[in-house]
Amino acid sequence: MHPLGYLSGSGAQTASVVPLMWFMLIVSIVVTVVIVGLVIWAIMTKREPVGPRSLRTIALEHRDGMKWIWTGLAISIVPLLATALWTVAVLAKTGSVPGAPLTVDIVAKRWWWDAQYSDGATGERFGVANEIHIPVGRPVLLHLRSADVIHSFWVPKLAGKTDVIPGQVNAMWIQADAPGRYRGQCGEFCGAQHAHMAFYVVADPPLQFAQWERQQMQPAFPPATVQASAGLSYFTQHCGRCHSVRGTPARGTFGPDLTHLMSRETIAAGMLQNNPAALSGWVENAQIVKPGALMPNQHISGPDLTLLRAYLETLR
Amino acid sequence: MAELATATPTPLPVGPVRDHGIGRGGMFALIASEAALFGYLLFSYYYTGASAPTPWVLEAHPALKLALPNTLILLLSSVAIWFAERATRHEERAKALIGCGIAFVLGTIFVAVQMFEWKAKAYGLAKSSYASLYYITTGFHMAHVVVGLAVLAMLFVWTGLGYFTPTRRIVFTNGSYYWHFVDAIWLAVFTTYYITPYLGFAT
Amino acid sequence: MSPPSATAAVAPGGSNREQSIRRTPTIGPSSNELRERLQRIWETKPGLYGWLATVDHKEIGIRYIVTAFVMLVIGGIEALIMRVQLAGPEQTLLTPQQYNMLFSTHGVTMIFLYASPILSGFSNYLWPLLFGSRDMAFPRLNALSYWIYLAAGIFMYAGVFVGAGPNDGWFNYVPYAQFRYDPGLNIDFYSLGMIFLGISTSVGAANFIVTLLRMRAPGMSINRLPIIIWGTATASFANLLIVPAVSLAFFLLWLDRQFHTQFFQVSGGGQPLLWQHLFWMFGHPWVYAIVLPAMGMVSDGLPVFCRRPLVGYAPVALATVATMLLGFGVWVHHMFATGLPGLSLAFFSAASILIAVPSAISVFSWIATIWLGRPVITAAFLFFASTIVLFVIGGVSGFMTASVPVDWELTDTYFVVAHLHYVLLGINVFPVMGATHFWFPKFTGRMMDERLGRWSFWTTFTGFNVAFLPMHLTGLWGMPRRVYTYPVEMGLGPINMVSTVGSFVLAIGFLLFFINVLRSRTRGAPAGDNPWDAYTLEWSTSSPPPPYNFAVIPTVASRHMLWEDQLGETRERSNLEEGFILDHGKEALATSALDAEPQRILHMPDDTIIPFVLAAGMLVLFSGLLVRNWPITAIGGLICAADLVAWFWPRISLLERGPAHG
Repeated sequence: MHPLGYLSGSGAQTASVVPLMWFMLIVSIVVTVVIVGLVIWAIMTKREPVGPRSLRTIALEHRDGMKWIWTGLAISIVPLLATALWTVAVLAKTGSVPGAPLTVDIVAKRWWWDAQYSDGATGERFGVANEIHIPVGRPVLLHLRSADVIHSFWVPKLAGKTDVIPGQVNAMWIQADAPGRYRGQCGEFCGAQHAHMAFYVVADPPLQFAQWERQQMQPAFPPATVQASAGLSYFTQHCGRCHSVRGTPARGTFGPDLTHLMSRETIAAGMLQNNPAALSGWVENAQIVKPGALMPNQHISGPDLTLLRAYLETLR
Repeated sequence: MAELATATPTPLPVGPVRDHGIGRGGMFALIASEAALFGYLLFSYYYTGASAPTPWVLEAHPALKLALPNTLILLLSSVAIWFAERATRHEERAKALIGCGIAFVLGTIFVAVQMFEWKAKAYGLAKSSYASLYYITTGFHMAHVVVGLAVLAMLFVWTGLGYFTPTRRIVFTNGSYYWHFVDAIWLAVFTTYYITPYLGFAT
Repeated sequence: MSPPSATAAVAPGGSNREQSIRRTPTIGPSSNELRERLQRIWETKPGLYGWLATVDHKEIGIRYIVTAFVMLVIGGIEALIMRVQLAGPEQTLLTPQQYNMLFSTHGVTMIFLYASPILSGFSNYLWPLLFGSRDMAFPRLNALSYWIYLAAGIFMYAGVFVGAGPNDGWFNYVPYAQFRYDPGLNIDFYSLGMIFLGISTSVGAANFIVTLLRMRAPGMSINRLPIIIWGTATASFANLLIVPAVSLAFFLLWLDRQFHTQFFQVSGGGQPLLWQHLFWMFGHPWVYAIVLPAMGMVSDGLPVFCRRPLVGYAPVALATVATMLLGFGVWVHHMFATGLPGLSLAFFSAASILIAVPSAISVFSWIATIWLGRPVITAAFLFFASTIVLFVIGGVSGFMTASVPVDWELTDTYFVVAHLHYVLLGINVFPVMGATHFWFPKFTGRMMDERLGRWSFWTTFTGFNVAFLPMHLTGLWGMPRRVYTYPVEMGLGPINMVSTVGSFVLAIGFLLFFINVLRSRTRGAPAGDNPWDAYTLEWSTSSPPPPYNFAVIPTVASRHMLWEDQLGETRERSNLEEGFILDHGKEALATSALDAEPQRILHMPDDTIIPFVLAAGMLVLFSGLLVRNWPITAIGGLICAADLVAWFWPRISLLERGPAHG
């Protein structure tokens, strides 16, 4: 219902934080209801009608009002102290990454997410964009870097946000306790398309994750048809400066790695479903979909677009 | 009825008398605000230096052969203006003018030496965060000195015109407070930029 | 023409000059003749020159209030446009660039051009009256602080009008604010405008501090000060120390942008987080500075409508100071997500939770005051009482963000937007509206319309809560801040529509309020001196007060000067009938800091164009810097320098020097 909502979560981190949040929420609501009730009750029961006399007399009951203050304070201190202690406990528990984590290097760019995986054994690396797969039930250590301005990595159902700041590497860990597609979004204003800098953390059962990793590690298959070959030529010439497809001459790193573009469910940082029509429209003129994005209007002719699409659709 | 109405009232001073008056509070407020400004400048230095990879300071052993005498020159100028301020208490105009004039000259020498130091540096404002902070902090200080020189010049002129009497002289005193403040701030700036590298900060 | 002074005329020799420095002021009652003479000495001269040159704190206060209310309306319109864009998902009324400029300018306008100046305006008008004094300590500085505020506001909005308003949010984080990512003039207008505005805040703070320490009526010891004094004084001490942080931050940013310095540039060894530290070291105490004086308004106004003194004066006064002191130690809670070490997080989290304690004291005090009093439900009372409700909601949402792990979810979502609007409207705007109803009779001599006042209250209160209460849920449902739109699948459409509708109802409430203000100026019922039977000194003067405030200086014997007979707390009585007659020119009384014993007779400056010219010169200077035109900058600088020399030139009339002799 609310993909970015965090009143409930599915991760190891949220398992610790959500109960504390509910505690504070309930305390807050109770305090509000009590105080508002007291104010309304006081006004309704003690009031004088507005008239010529009402603003001429003084309420002379010298009852000591100080006990209100002390009582109120004493009652307030209890939830405050409990919150402080619980907070420290949660921080201690979630502070360090447990066990043997998978490590993923995230680079936040305007306005998409670059995720680099490496095979520990072979040292081979592959990069994906905006769709970050992780194995269910295993902690994942994320190293967060920024290529430009401050962003914030936030996948609410799994963990709170950590800012991504140029000049430093911030580390956070997440762990999904149930398989699923968890939506994330940039949590720090970063310019024109901050609103459309989403991503997905896809938690796969371990076997499925291993399969995904193997598949992503492969370079792209050579194009099988003439049309796709022509599309590859066009791609290399016009898109290769920013995008890379491993196994082809296109090795640009400014934009996302497209080697397995068709394995992603969304494109344009979570804005569009990855279907032929949306892909066409995005490639032809990203500025219509996402004004201000750093992918300029390509001014592609109809025939060239057909060739390009034919090639892109082979990038499974 | 409150006691005041029936008590025998004592004579009250009218306007600022000697070095007490409402303007003194204004000068202290200005000094507090400007001191806070330098506090934040120095915070910026220590914070940036502590978070940057070492070596961060561009000179592990900043040359003291100009800066140290220059500091003494500034301290002496404070002595001069203090001397002048004391002279105004007894309307000793000649002494006040001499003290004020010496303070002005020493202050000008300070500025000149500092500018020479700037020119002699191997790096410019845009070289690195250390360089930027060095020039801006010493630059801010120099700007305050220049304002102080204007203040000293006005004090000189007003003293020369015979404005100040033993009782009406708070303007001179307040002006001298400003000059002492500029001097005190320099000690903090000097220690930060010239001494802490020797102590190993960010080197 | 003043009568002969108590000194002898023109005898040579030092002894006579000595005589003129002391005087025993006459003590006596007021008289018509005295009042006429004081009127002539103190009134602002008519015409354009008088309007530009006045140093009357009451006129300056009104200007602050009017200008700030205009800013409130402008900021409100910006918000309404944003709310239309956000009413449904994926709307295209605004481009992202337009929206980003709107939300940023809205924040800047409300927080800097409305929230602080409105409180300065009320404080400026009221402080000398509350103190039993004739004026603020530095009347020319007072005029300057207004003219700079006006000039800085015009400067920043000139940017908005040419499409270059601030566009990186009101806290303007780097690197996005750097030239490389934001090359237009937007951030330059903002940076230079903020440095400019900061001068107004600083000189205003200095004025309030010295006035507090020196300009109180005899007998007004610090335990007899109205809470608005405690609030504004605390804010002023803080402002004096924190404004340099933000001015420095903006100056360093401007240098990075224009002169390639490396303060915040990673590539040059600079530190983006330095910006955040400098900004929030200013920004957090600042948000207390824009609510504590307003809390003081409630603490002083609510008791009048509950027909009893405030419960717990001393705890409330001390809590005001304690809140600000703690407020200096929590700025990192705006940076919890930046990757700080755990120990630092725990400390600042604990401090941010703890700060709820002094804030809560005022709330309990207000409730007790209503409960133990006999509340009279006027429009002013409703605005003041509603502060309690809104404060609590804003306070608990703040409490929730104080816990670090919870904040990591809540921060940068609409939950924080809900929180900040509850605290800013709840503890600034609503008290200000109450204060307007309360003090309007004193300022103008007329009552505001009570019925329209109640309508405006209920509309505003309802609209506000319909707009912002759901935003807590909008945030918990995951809507991030500062987004110009959101996807359909977020499920956030209906709740955003509710907020939009609420915002328009809120706008109608404000409209009714301003209609009430404007109509009542000419058609309100005559008010008399003390229509509310309130207890502080301003209500002993006429409505509006004469330019000299008090014909004779009152002597104060308690906290509730006008209620002393009824309360019977002490045998002593304040004396408003007889006191020092200071009529040898434009004179005021200075007293000692703690016990307010008479200390000095002050000669106050006349109306002068000097502050206006200085502000104008500064505007030229900053405009030159903005476009990097050094000749214009130099001209502005010369105007300022010449003006300052003229300002500080010792004057005989102000007793800053003796007569010149060779």
